[in-house]
Amino acid sequence: MTTLHTVPTSAPSKPASTPTAWLRKNLFNSWFNSLLTIAIVLILGRTLFGFISWATSAAKWQVIPANLPIFFVGRFPADQYWRLDLMLAIIAGLGGFTWGVVGRNQPKLLTRNLLIGFGILALVLLLLPTSFPYRLVLLAIEAFTIGMIVIGKQVGNRSPAIAQWLPLAWVLTFFIALWLMRGGFGLDVVPTTAWGGWILTIFMSVVSIVLSFPFGVLLALGRQSSLPVIHWLCTAYIEIIRGIPLISILFIGLVMVPLFLPAGSRPDLVLRAILGLTLFAAAYQAETIRGGLQAIPKGQTEAANALGLNTPLTLGLIVLPQALKISIPAIVGLFISLLQDTTLVAIVGLSDLLGISRSILANPLYIGRYAEVYLFIGALYWAVCYIMSWAARRLEARLNSEH
Amino acid sequence: MTSSTDPSSEKIPIWRDERFMRIAVQAIVLLVVITIGAILFGNLTRNLQQLGRQFDFNFLRNQSGFNIGEGILSYQPTDTYFWALVVGFTNTLRLIFVGFVAATTLGILAGVASFSDNWLVKKISQIYVEIVRNTPLLLQLFFWYFAVFFGLSQGANITRLPGSVFVSKKGIVIPWPANQPLTWLSLIALILLAIAASLVWRQRTKVMEEQGAAGKPQQYMLIGMSVAGLLIFLFGLGWEFPQVVNNDTQGGLRVSLEYGSMLAGLAFYTGAFIAEIVRAGIQSVSKGQWEAARALGLHSGLAMRLVVFPQALRVIIPSLNSQYINLAKNSSLALAIGYPDIFATAQTTLNQTGRAVEVILLIMLTYLTTDLIISLVMNQLNRLVQIKER
Repeated sequence: MTTLHTVPTSAPSKPASTPTAWLRKNLFNSWFNSLLTIAIVLILGRTLFGFISWATSAAKWQVIPANLPIFFVGRFPADQYWRLDLMLAIIAGLGGFTWGVVGRNQPKLLTRNLLIGFGILALVLLLLPTSFPYRLVLLAIEAFTIGMIVIGKQVGNRSPAIAQWLPLAWVLTFFIALWLMRGGFGLDVVPTTAWGGWILTIFMSVVSIVLSFPFGVLLALGRQSSLPVIHWLCTAYIEIIRGIPLISILFIGLVMVPLFLPAGSRPDLVLRAILGLTLFAAAYQAETIRGGLQAIPKGQTEAANALGLNTPLTLGLIVLPQALKISIPAIVGLFISLLQDTTLVAIVGLSDLLGISRSILANPLYIGRYAEVYLFIGALYWAVCYIMSWAARRLEARLNSEH
Repeated sequence: MTSSTDPSSEKIPIWRDERFMRIAVQAIVLLVVITIGAILFGNLTRNLQQLGRQFDFNFLRNQSGFNIGEGILSYQPTDTYFWALVVGFTNTLRLIFVGFVAATTLGILAGVASFSDNWLVKKISQIYVEIVRNTPLLLQLFFWYFAVFFGLSQGANITRLPGSVFVSKKGIVIPWPANQPLTWLSLIALILLAIAASLVWRQRTKVMEEQGAAGKPQQYMLIGMSVAGLLIFLFGLGWEFPQVVNNDTQGGLRVSLEYGSMLAGLAFYTGAFIAEIVRAGIQSVSKGQWEAARALGLHSGLAMRLVVFPQALRVIIPSLNSQYINLAKNSSLALAIGYPDIFATAQTTLNQTGRAVEVILLIMLTYLTTDLIISLVMNQLNRLVQIKER
């Protein structure tokens, strides 16, 4: 009779349940780690303590509440602020509605984390150092957004055909927003030189990304093309634009575009900056979409050819929809970096969020308050970019699970 | 059944003939591009003529008349514009070479740290990457320049940092080897020692593999070499420590605040992206490699150094190429800080001479050439670490 040899098994290690066990496992599990932990705690402690003591005593935070409107809307005339509030309400409402319609199949759209996020936003709005009625207006806009999310989900479930009308609604909203910001046709004209701060940053990045998208698709397709002329032209454009710094493209737009146009035409400075950003973004979009195009197996093209589709139909019906879906997370990443790159227009003289901080710091009242202003602007950019990259990660996870 | 229409005898209409369409589309595109180019070029020449300028590069021989704040080559305002651009280019090279080393070191440290067992180290690395990647580079440069370095150099005083580093409004002074003959001899001796040590190391590995010996003689030689190297490094190089004399510093190497903040900003920014690349590269190595290394008895430091990191390098180096090119391009932001790199110098030239087209062409050429050289070097490096297949 053979005896069964049982392998002695040890009990699985218990997860660290008490604080001391967690400390021993994660921070002090070897002598080197213990030394490292002690050194880091000492250095970090000193730095944090120094920062907190500076932030509470030596720092003068008055510069931020006093200039809050300038940070957000630049030198927009104060009596026309209602136009910007209206624009914010329309965009927030349509955004909430779109979110509801697009996510109508999810069992629970308003998750707990989302509601916590909205709650934090409401708290921040409540504590804003502006007049009380204005805070109520902003809170009302936030409540309106949440309401539109719920309504969008209901309407999307009742009549799904409404999803087809959403892109048209967004295009219309863009023109309405442009009309509200610029004026004309019944409203007072606000020149683009008065635009500044956060609104100019968002406007320039959104317009550049949207305009660069069709160019990027064309360039990517051109680079893949088997026609040598188109292939070389697109490759040359992409490689040259990707090889020079963005700031030189902006200076090209600033200095050389007036030379290339018929004498006497003075294109708007904001328009020239958007042109430079669009040309720049188109090259990077082309590379992103090229990655998506290369991920499509060749069998798709061959099957389309076997079905009798010619090249434009193959691209439009079969290849591009799949390629764009794959590249959406990378395109969102591009949008985040373009949002950060709009700070460079401060060097060519536009007053975006960073540029307008220079003029705030030139005010004799606030000379030398660099750290406070830059920390505030940095926190704003960080919050927006972090939320967008979090949304991109969630989007990528959702798109992947549908395969 | 015979069909009256034989497909091979039917003529395909010309707009559906693939060969014709290919040539026609290319011809149309070429025509459109050339027409647009001709219109723009015509406008350009007409506008330039109206402003009284021609397109030539003779202005490079004129005297520049402006001052460049710092540089390693000697420069006077009576030198030509060409020499001013050369000095600006050396400033750019000075910034990006040191920036490459600093960013790579930071990136590798932060990337490897995100795999550490220590929770604090992991969290710090993650927070560092998240903060730096989500704020604009220009903002970080302003922060380093105005908030950190201006803040450290308060008023007319000279602040002393640990490690004998002095910061004042005139710049940062760090200890640096003196420029004596002994220093150059020591440098050559150190390089020869390093080459000899690597040869002894290879010999030791060969002996240990082929003969199963412990390699003790080679180990003693290596220990002796490292002690000698340490002695030469400490005493032969002739370190000069700066001293404060009459409210000014003497000795050591002085770098301007602009250079310091550009270097710090670029190194931290690119370092965060390199950290993400290193993290992705190490994650791409299959877990079985870690487990096999541990099964062989290697602790996690040795496993990372001998097994995982060399394989991760294959994935890391192609992405490093684009990060280095980004660093070279981002160095153009020195214009906003006041560091006289090639872009800032070219801007001053453009403002003074009004030669927009020529100067911009020169800038584009410079950056494209720099990118090309960086790509060539990185491609060579890439070839070294790729799997050598037969």
